[in-house]
Amino acid sequence: MKDTDIKTLLYAHFLCIFSVILSVLIPSFFMEDFSILDTHLTWLCFCSLFVTSINLVLYLVPKPNASSKRSSLSHKVTRFLKCCVYFFVSCFFFHVIFVLYGAPLIELVLETFLFAVILSTFTTVPCLCLLGPNLKAWLRVFSKNGVTSIWENSLQITTISSFVGAWLGAFPIPLDWERPWQVWPISCTLGATFGYVAGLVISPLWIYWNRKQLTYKNN
Amino acid sequence: MGIAWKGETTRLLNCQLGNLVPLLLSVGLCVSGRQVVFMGDDTWKDLFPGAFSKAFFFSSFNVKDLHTVDNGILEHLYPTMDSGEWDVLIAHFLGVDHCGHKHGPHHPEMAKKLTQMDQVIQGLVERLENDTLLVVAGDHGMTVNGDHGGDSELEVSAALFLYSPTPLFPSAPPEEPEAIPQVSLVPTLALLLGLPIPFGNIGEVMTELFSGGEDSQPDSSALAQASALHINAQQVSRFLHTYSAATQDLQVKELHRLQNLFSKASADYQRLLQSPNEAEATLQTVITELQQFLRGARAICIESWARFSLVRMAGGAALLAATCFLCLLASQWATSPAFSFRPLLLMPVAWALAGATLYAGLLTTTSLKLDLVVLGAVAAVASLLPFLWKAWGSCRSKKPLPTLISIPGPVLLLLLIRLATFFSDSFVVAEARATPFLLGSLILLLVVQRHWEGQLLVPKLLTIPRLGSSTLTGPPRHSGGYALRLGIGLLLCTRLAGLFHRCPEETPACHSSPWLSPLASMVGGRAKNLWYGACVGALVALLVAVRLWLRHYGNLKSPEPPVLFVRWGLPLMALGTAAYWALVSGADEAPPRLRALVAGASLVLPRAVVGLAAAGLMLLLWKPVTVLVKAGTGTPRTRTVLTPFSGPPTSQADLDYVVPQIYRHMQEEFRGRLERTKSQGPLTVAAYQLGSVYSAAMVTALTVLAFPLLLLHAERISLVFLLLFLQSFLLLHLLAAGIPITTPGPFAVPWQAVSAWALMATQTFYSTGHQPVFPAIHWHAAFVGFPEGHGSSTWLPALLVGANTFASHLLFAAVGCPLLLLWPFLCESQGPRKRRQPPGSEAKGRVRPEEEEEEEEEEEEEEEEPLMEMRLRGAPHHFNAALLQLGLKYLFVFGIQILACALAASILRRHLMVWKVFAPKFIFEAIGFIVSSVGLLLGIALVMRVDGAVSSWFKKLVLAQQR
Repeated sequence: MKDTDIKTLLYAHFLCIFSVILSVLIPSFFMEDFSILDTHLTWLCFCSLFVTSINLVLYLVPKPNASSKRSSLSHKVTRFLKCCVYFFVSCFFFHVIFVLYGAPLIELVLETFLFAVILSTFTTVPCLCLLGPNLKAWLRVFSKNGVTSIWENSLQITTISSFVGAWLGAFPIPLDWERPWQVWPISCTLGATFGYVAGLVISPLWIYWNRKQLTYKNN
Repeated sequence: MGIAWKGETTRLLNCQLGNLVPLLLSVGLCVSGRQVVFMGDDTWKDLFPGAFSKAFFFSSFNVKDLHTVDNGILEHLYPTMDSGEWDVLIAHFLGVDHCGHKHGPHHPEMAKKLTQMDQVIQGLVERLENDTLLVVAGDHGMTVNGDHGGDSELEVSAALFLYSPTPLFPSAPPEEPEAIPQVSLVPTLALLLGLPIPFGNIGEVMTELFSGGEDSQPDSSALAQASALHINAQQVSRFLHTYSAATQDLQVKELHRLQNLFSKASADYQRLLQSPNEAEATLQTVITELQQFLRGARAICIESWARFSLVRMAGGAALLAATCFLCLLASQWATSPAFSFRPLLLMPVAWALAGATLYAGLLTTTSLKLDLVVLGAVAAVASLLPFLWKAWGSCRSKKPLPTLISIPGPVLLLLLIRLATFFSDSFVVAEARATPFLLGSLILLLVVQRHWEGQLLVPKLLTIPRLGSSTLTGPPRHSGGYALRLGIGLLLCTRLAGLFHRCPEETPACHSSPWLSPLASMVGGRAKNLWYGACVGALVALLVAVRLWLRHYGNLKSPEPPVLFVRWGLPLMALGTAAYWALVSGADEAPPRLRALVAGASLVLPRAVVGLAAAGLMLLLWKPVTVLVKAGTGTPRTRTVLTPFSGPPTSQADLDYVVPQIYRHMQEEFRGRLERTKSQGPLTVAAYQLGSVYSAAMVTALTVLAFPLLLLHAERISLVFLLLFLQSFLLLHLLAAGIPITTPGPFAVPWQAVSAWALMATQTFYSTGHQPVFPAIHWHAAFVGFPEGHGSSTWLPALLVGANTFASHLLFAAVGCPLLLLWPFLCESQGPRKRRQPPGSEAKGRVRPEEEEEEEEEEEEEEEEPLMEMRLRGAPHHFNAALLQLGLKYLFVFGIQILACALAASILRRHLMVWKVFAPKFIFEAIGFIVSSVGLLLGIALVMRVDGAVSSWFKKLVLAQQR
């Protein structure tokens, strides 16, 4: 692993953070009363869209994984469709988990689902981009000593920090501060976003810090 | 006007700048005969429904909204005033308060708001008529940040402004006016309005307002003041009299002094009235005396009511903390092989007795009063001393502290979060939702952690060195899907149980589950019947599940009485419960002829169920070993070398010699059986179900206990009980999936297991419809089996209500907790060879000498498979150590919870919510802890009893072998 890899990683992550920031700024140009809190669902859609597209651009265009040898069109199409299916399955899975954790079942169902979508965007989409629709690889990356590159390592860190952020976001809800963001999915979506951004910032730094200790099998 | 209190047609205009003034409200209540107009904060609507002749409420919900309430008031204030249709007009402005919270006192918004209030007061003053008193009061100040709720000087002091066109004060008001206690507003306003002073008032009228203006004679004004004070003093004296008769907490001496003062002042006043020409000096004396009396009365009450002994609080917290710490420490010591159990009980008791005696003796020599609380505290401290001494010693010698804190990081974090939530009233109120959240997090954390450490992908038993070689052929046992399914199932159970929630009073938007009410309150026959069917279905499902479980491990084959009870007694109990529910829920529809029968049955049935449960427990204690021995086939086998023996074993040495022989014998038997095909002849000594002998007893006890507890709840809670059993089953499996037990070293129950268990106990407390506040106690539980009430007895209803409230603590701690230790062993045997062996044929041997009853914990052995036997044979100590450690860990988790509750209640003792949230939470948590620890002792005692029975069973086997 060289320092240039880490630098690339850092720039890629900056782009991701930039996409999150853009999702706040851009819609306000062509929408009248856009704000994160009041038109939260719109923002969620935009954020999901932006982050997904940046991820696609980042991971698919330079191909850091450079895996697929067979590049026939039908293979690509199946792969893409598979990715879509995985994405939706993960959205539904997260939705079910949220409901099991105590989210209301019927009211706010759209909000809950969009929260599942944004969390999938922060976690599943990078996994899909980097590892492809390959559950075994996912399970490998998310276990002890399973990572084989700095990209996978940063993926691990950002995913975990997104989950932790979403989890921490649930804590302010019962408090009686009566703030507008203290409503069911908003604090969690904000928490997930902050967690994602924090993960994006932390992971290059962490990898840089530990670059002496990190040895990857296949790198 | 208000000032001339002689004229009774007083009008009052009351402006408030701030939140509610609870003390003023009593005035509002007693003015019922008057026309009271209210405008402002809509909280008053709920507090005094129908108290106002006319009211304009405005939503006060949004703290950021500075203007809705104030503008609403201003819209109506002047028209209402001019209309004249009011005696009391209350205008509750809220903008300044909200502005303080939002912007703080030094914000331009605050300046605007204050200017607006100035204008309001100016406008009011201009419109005031001569017979009207304007009172502008705030009920609290604010800190430099604009918040309030604490007890700092800035927060508890507020301005009071009184104005009337008629001069109020005989002289110009002083530059530095004196501070008046808020309680004094009530008597003053009451008297000004010509109303009786409320009974519970301890305030003192503001004499200046009763002077009668500047034009009156000094004498007559003093007389008026004296009259007002006298009325006030009479009321306070009456209150003191009644209060001190009802309770004993006022100081007797001081009370006497006050009574004497009052009678003297009264006599003086009467004399004054009869001879009005007395000198002014007497008048002044009377006034002074009455004022002294009133102030003394207030002081004595305040001292008694708002008394916090900081020393005792700190002492109690320190004691709790030390105990928790020692629990942690002792749970670590228990694993060391040199740990001896006997001093653990004897030393603290001896020290406690010594300490208590010493303290009592010291007190009697100095002839001080014996305080039982302090005595208990001294005994507790003394009992901790030997441990602290030992801790100090080991700390000084070598042991570094970090090894003591063995709690894994994530679990520690979760526990800390849980403890932190006790310090926030919002979280205590929302605990019913927060606990399942934390429990779910812990569960998913467990699943993820198993995956992270790679335990799910590797077959668990492969990692363990084995004596036997050939038994593993199957695929990996615990795939990731298995753990994930368990986790999701647990989350689902938790979520479903959460549907049975009762809302705390503090959250008006929340709706309590309608399923918590008894079936009798339902209208509509069809729904009722359906629900009844569901409840009975839950009972049957519970029963069937327990029987299936016992059958799976083969314990249902034994001819022992407890098994007979499981076969016949439990269905009978279920039948009794179902019949009782039917009677209770349909009691009103019974034909009149059958009324007596129904009443009799609803008296007898619950008692019969409880009696059956008691009989079942007795049977279980009498013969806890549910083992089937195939006798008759045992004798022909003499292949194993049993040393010839003369007579029964008489000494420890004999047993020590014989026991391993028996073991080896059984082991070979078992191995032989495995090697042979099944068609071969009968076995020698086939002891069935030894593998689950402990758990079978625990599960039976759990079920037997659950029925009477279920009877105390509303019918539909049976579904929650079913979920609870399911949930604990799943959780035990999940926890067992990750514990490598077969290592010969010490057995230990991991912290995450204990924490999850404790969290589940709390979650079940909420999902059975409880809340840690007194109004939410299920009082109806006291009438189960006693439809006519209890007469004068109090302990029995208290017991019933307590059992209802702390059912989850009792079930989980009492019988459930040792299962945490036992379950991994069960799961292991169930693991690889389950499919190839007839269920329940795992033998399990353990022996201990029975001669010395006291040495209960001397030598024990715990194991699941005979193949493991020889290795575990060398670790008899560990079973006791593990049980002790389990108990200590559980007590530690609960102990730090009460510690946090106690700290929260004492640190936030001046908090607005202390009596509503923190103190009840502490009381419930403390009682729950007591119930848990008693239950824990009972559960461990049951394990011990099974243990003893098993060893005597082995002794019999030894004797049988000899012949």
